[in-house]
Amino acid sequence: MVALAPPQAYSQAGDRRHLGRALAIWLGLLLIAVSLLSLGHGASGVSASAVMGDWLAGRDLSATDRVVLFDIRLPRLLTAVLVGAALAVSGAVMQGLFRNPLADPGLLGVSAGASLGAIAAIVLGGLLPPAVAAFAGWHLVPLAAFAGSWLAMVALYAIATRQGRTSVATMLLAGIALAAMIAAVSGLMIYRADDDQLRDLTFWGLGSLAGASWTKLSAAGPVIILALVAAPFLARGLNGLALGEAAAAHVGLRVQRIKAACILSAAAATGASVAISGGIGFVGIVVPHLLRLIAGPDHRWLLINSGLLGASVLIAADMISRSVVAPAELPIGIVTAMIGGPFFMWVLLSNRRVLDA
Amino acid sequence: MSLRARSLHLSLGGRQVLNGIGLTARPGHFSAIIGPNGSGKTTLLRALTGEIAPQGGTITLNGQPIDRLAPETLARRRAVLPQHSALGFSFNVAEIVSIGLATHVGTEAERARLIRAALGLVGLPGHAGRLWQELSGGEQQRVQLARALVQVWQPVGSDGPRWLLLDEPVSSLDIAQQLTVMRLARDYATRGGGVIAVMHDLNLTAMFADHVLLMQDGRALAEGRPADVITDDLLSRAYGCALRVRHAPEDGVWLLPHGAVA
Repeated sequence: MVALAPPQAYSQAGDRRHLGRALAIWLGLLLIAVSLLSLGHGASGVSASAVMGDWLAGRDLSATDRVVLFDIRLPRLLTAVLVGAALAVSGAVMQGLFRNPLADPGLLGVSAGASLGAIAAIVLGGLLPPAVAAFAGWHLVPLAAFAGSWLAMVALYAIATRQGRTSVATMLLAGIALAAMIAAVSGLMIYRADDDQLRDLTFWGLGSLAGASWTKLSAAGPVIILALVAAPFLARGLNGLALGEAAAAHVGLRVQRIKAACILSAAAATGASVAISGGIGFVGIVVPHLLRLIAGPDHRWLLINSGLLGASVLIAADMISRSVVAPAELPIGIVTAMIGGPFFMWVLLSNRRVLDA
Repeated sequence: MSLRARSLHLSLGGRQVLNGIGLTARPGHFSAIIGPNGSGKTTLLRALTGEIAPQGGTITLNGQPIDRLAPETLARRRAVLPQHSALGFSFNVAEIVSIGLATHVGTEAERARLIRAALGLVGLPGHAGRLWQELSGGEQQRVQLARALVQVWQPVGSDGPRWLLLDEPVSSLDIAQQLTVMRLARDYATRGGGVIAVMHDLNLTAMFADHVLLMQDGRALAEGRPADVITDDLLSRAYGCALRVRHAPEDGVWLLPHGAVA
């Protein structure tokens, strides 16, 4: 086995990074395993191992196999990977920024902002000059969702933070109020939508990976990938911010720049993932919390591990959503809430001491 | 080469907190800022750290205006111990101290050695793996001090003296720990660094400071050697109650009984 056991001297020195590193290796292996399982799992009965055997033996793949694997299951798998990682990482970034383990894009109206952006793009997109609409094309919905989540995030931070101190009560209340106001505007948009737009909205709003396609992936994927690649560079800054903005500035961090980058990357990841898959809750709050309990809050591994575990969790949730009522599908948001809600409650109750401090 | 503030003016929320105050702190000296609550001590220190910009006046660090220094440069030259520290997550002691090394360029082994040495200095050797939420108030304060110490570990660098800016560094400590921390700060100054501390304890100030600034209503009531500033008259005026200063000649310690004791 790889050297996963920590050198004893390290752990005595209070260094928990070996835990984070070991965890990253295991989570990487888990992601590969879950991905292979997901590829071989589906309504059509096409088996990944059989296809792999055929391919290794040099036989041509049947047209059905090819379509099922490469046009249905693979884009869906990649969507689950990107969306799961985006939700978990943006949760971890937001929690670091607000210095609070309860901050979550889904709870605080950031996902709602993204939804509003997407809905507005679907309903009002026709009003854009044709040249602009053609130029934006498939990117219009993800971009609008990103703009919506960014605005919500900036508003939330501005309201909840006074002189470098973020009030938890203000943050939660402002988030709830923001989500309600945004939902009302979204409702207005839906109210004035025509039949075609309503079909688009319903299709999009299911909170599901069922609509995954290469086209959607190519529109939202790059935004998510950019945000995910940027996130680990925020680790040092987020660690400093844990001491408060003033102390972070004292140790030489460029606080304003770090905050702006955090807001941008969390908003981009949330916006783009909401644009392809609707609102999927609890991944962003449960995954980072669980990882903090295991390997501590040091963001240098927390962000990477959140991405890995978030991806695995969403792939697993997608497999459950496809198999419980097969051949029909349960919206994946229901699965993550059913499993994530009680789990999160359990985590909260068993860690009240740490959270209250 | 000094940390120098000239005629600082600052109002917060409509109240004039700093009213033309100045301070010259020299390397090799322990400079104490004393005065009653609300006299502007903490605000002056926050201005000296660069955290808040005064509306008037200048602050120079080793000859350069602090508002022109890059955050990384400023961090290499001065470290700050705030009065209170809150932490959102359960970081452990070593992780918190390592935040002081955010802009440090050096090997992992060097960082680990600095963290170990600093924890030893503040009297917390072997506490590296403990979680912040499990620490007592005094331990938390000393962990933060260790975090400040690793940031400016060498009292004198190639670009001049380094500075420790401490806001009530002994407020949650018992008497033995107070002496440990004061000696540590004193030693930092003796080795060529500069120390500026906001102090509430006048005895400790009299024992350890080389230079004292007595503040009242955002102004300097007096500035100079402890013997010149810590006097019956000045302290009674500043704090608004009768105070007597007694000198214990054998060890040079000053005692401050209340006026009622006479």
